[in-house]
Amino acid sequence: MTERSYEKFFRQNRLPHLWCPGCGNGIVMKAIVQAVEKKLGWTQDNTIIVSGIGCSSRASGYMDFDTLHTAHGRAIPFATGIKLANPKLNVIVITGDGDCTAIGGNHFIHGCRRNVDLTVILFNNNIYGMTGGQASPMTPLGKKATTAPYGSIDRPFDACKLAEAAGATYVARSTAFHVQHLTKMIEDGLDNRGFSFIEALVQCPTAYGRRNKIGEPAKMMAWMRDNAIMKSAWDKLTDDKKTGDKFPIGLFYRAETETYDEAYHHVIELAGGAK
Amino acid sequence: MSARLMQGNEAVAEGALLAGVRFFGGYPITPSTEIAEGMAKLLPQVGGTFIQMEDEIASMGVVLGASLAGKKVLTASSGPGISLKQELIGYAAATEIPVVIVNVQRVGPSTGQPTAPSQGDVMQARWGTHGDHSIIVLSPWSVREAFDLAVRSVNYAERFRTPVILLMDEIVGHLRESVELPAESEIEIYPRRAPKKSRAEGYEPYAPDEDLVPNIANFGEGYHIHVTGLIHDETGFPSGSPKVTRESIKRMHEKISRAADEIIDVQEEFMDDAEFAVVAFGGTSRTAYEAVLSARKRGVKVGFVRLVTIFPFADKIISELAKKIRGLLVAELNYGQIVGEVERAAKGQCAVKLCAKYDMTIFEPEEIEAAIDEMISEVDGE
Repeated sequence: MTERSYEKFFRQNRLPHLWCPGCGNGIVMKAIVQAVEKKLGWTQDNTIIVSGIGCSSRASGYMDFDTLHTAHGRAIPFATGIKLANPKLNVIVITGDGDCTAIGGNHFIHGCRRNVDLTVILFNNNIYGMTGGQASPMTPLGKKATTAPYGSIDRPFDACKLAEAAGATYVARSTAFHVQHLTKMIEDGLDNRGFSFIEALVQCPTAYGRRNKIGEPAKMMAWMRDNAIMKSAWDKLTDDKKTGDKFPIGLFYRAETETYDEAYHHVIELAGGAK
Repeated sequence: MSARLMQGNEAVAEGALLAGVRFFGGYPITPSTEIAEGMAKLLPQVGGTFIQMEDEIASMGVVLGASLAGKKVLTASSGPGISLKQELIGYAAATEIPVVIVNVQRVGPSTGQPTAPSQGDVMQARWGTHGDHSIIVLSPWSVREAFDLAVRSVNYAERFRTPVILLMDEIVGHLRESVELPAESEIEIYPRRAPKKSRAEGYEPYAPDEDLVPNIANFGEGYHIHVTGLIHDETGFPSGSPKVTRESIKRMHEKISRAADEIIDVQEEFMDDAEFAVVAFGGTSRTAYEAVLSARKRGVKVGFVRLVTIFPFADKIISELAKKIRGLLVAELNYGQIVGEVERAAKGQCAVKLCAKYDMTIFEPEEIEAAIDEMISEVDGE
C-alpha cells in the first residue's frame, strides 16, 4: 500500500461528498476501502457496495465499485440476493442506525440469523441526520433530538448485542477516532465467512452534537477517545466502573458456522442440480 | 409431450423456470403459496436458488439484488403481501431492474377473505406504488395460459427492464386442468440485455438504446455502475435537474407505450355481427365466455372481449369497438375497477355497463347472461 493509494477506490468526479463539515462518515468510508485494499483477491470488479437510505448510505455513490443505493432499510435483502445469485462476488453493506435498526430492523436480525456471507458496517451517528436530527433507536436516553425535544425516553438498542443474539458470526465495534482499530475490525469482518457486523461510532456535529451541546467535531472525537474501552480492558472492569458514557470497543463475538450460501449448495446437490 | 394434470400456480412455476428464471424469493401466503413451493423444489434441480425471506418487502429486495447480479427472477404473493411489495416495485420501475411479480388475488382490503377469489387488485397492479411509473400487467384465464404468460412476463421484464405483474386470481391459481406444456425448444426466450460499449468507450448504464431501454450491465462485470432509486441521469448518478427528471419519467413511460401495440393482447370472439360485447379478464372470462355462448344460442348478437394484457390498457381496441357496437358489459370480481378504464377508452361512443361481484363467490354464467339481457333492454330503452 502506497500513501493515498486508497484514492483509486473513490469516484473522484463524484466528490466532494455531501456530508457536513466535521462529519465522521468519511473516516469510516476510507477505513472500508483500506480494509478492502488489504484483502487479497478483492478487487473493484468483484466487490459490491450496497447501502440503504440516509447520510451513511450516500457513501456508495462515492466508491468506485458496482454500487447499489437501495430503499430505506432494505440494503440487507438486496445484498443477500446479490451474494446468493453470484457467490463469487464480495458484498459489503453500508447502513446507518436508523436504516439498520429501525426501518430495517427485521431484515437486520434475519440477516444475522441466516448467516449469508456479507459484511455489514453500521455508521452510528445516534440520529437521523439526513432528515435533520430526529431520534433513532440508537439515540442514547436523555439526549435531545427534534422529535425528542425534552430528551429521549426511548430505550436504545445495543446493535452489537442484538447482532450477536440474532446469530451474526462476527460482531465488533469501533469509532471514527480509532481509525487503525476500525480498519482492523472491518478487515477481520471481511475475512469472516458469514454475516459480519461492525458498528462504527461516528460524530454528527450538525444534527446530534450541536443540539446536545457537544457540537464541535474535535470534542466529539475526544469523547470517543475518552470513553471507548478496549474489550479486553472492559471485561476486567467491575460493574461499578462501567458507568457514565463508557462503552466497549473491539471484537465481541466470532463463530465458525456454515454460511447460508454453503448450505444452499448442499440443497442443490441433493436436488441434483449441481454441475 | 404428454398431458399433465396441473394447477395454475404450478404452471406459473414451470413456465418461469422454462423462461430462464433461476432465482425466487418469497413468503408464504394463500392463495399463491404453491408457486413458492414449486420453485423451492424445482430451482435447485437446475442449479437455481430459492429463498424464503422474513417478509414480502425482503422478498422483493432479495430478487432485485439477484436480478442485478444477472439472474432472471420471480416472486409471488397475494393481497397483504402485494401491498408490502409496492415499495420495491417502485424501486424496480425507477432503477429498471427486470422482475416478475405474481399476484394471485384474493378478497381484500386488508386480510379480507384469504382463500376466496377476487379481482380487486387491478388498479393496484397499475398504480400501487407511489409516483408516476410504467408497468406491464398480464392476466391468464387457464392453466396453460398461466404457463404461457409466465414465460411472456419473464421475457417482457427482460426486454423492457421493468417490473411485470402476472395478475392471477384464485380461480386460475387453484384451477386444475390437463395441459400439454411446450418443450424448451418451442419457446422464445429473451436474453438479459448486455452493454454495447466498454467503459473505455464511455459506457453509460442508463443511456437508452433505440427502443428507449437501457442496456444495464450486471454487477460483477467490471463496469462499476451505480444504481439508485433517486432520479438519475444516463450515468446512473442522482441528478437534481428538472430536465433530467422530466426526461427520465417520460422515457420510463415511453419505452413501454411505444411498444404497446405489440404488448397488448386482446382475445375477441363472435365480434363480426356483435351489437354488444362482454369485456372480462382472468378467471371471470371463463364464465363470461359461457354466458356469451348461451346468449348467442338464443340469438343474442353479443361478442366476447378478453383482456390478456391489462396494462398498458387496450385503449385503441376498446375505442374502435365502441364505435361499432351499442354496448359493452364489463364483468369483474370487484366493486368496479377495469370498468373505469373501459369507459375512458370508449369515450362515450357506446354504453358501458358494469357487472360486479364481490361476495367471495365466482360468477355463475346465468348471472352474466342476465346482465347482458339487462344491458340490452336498457340500451334499447334509451
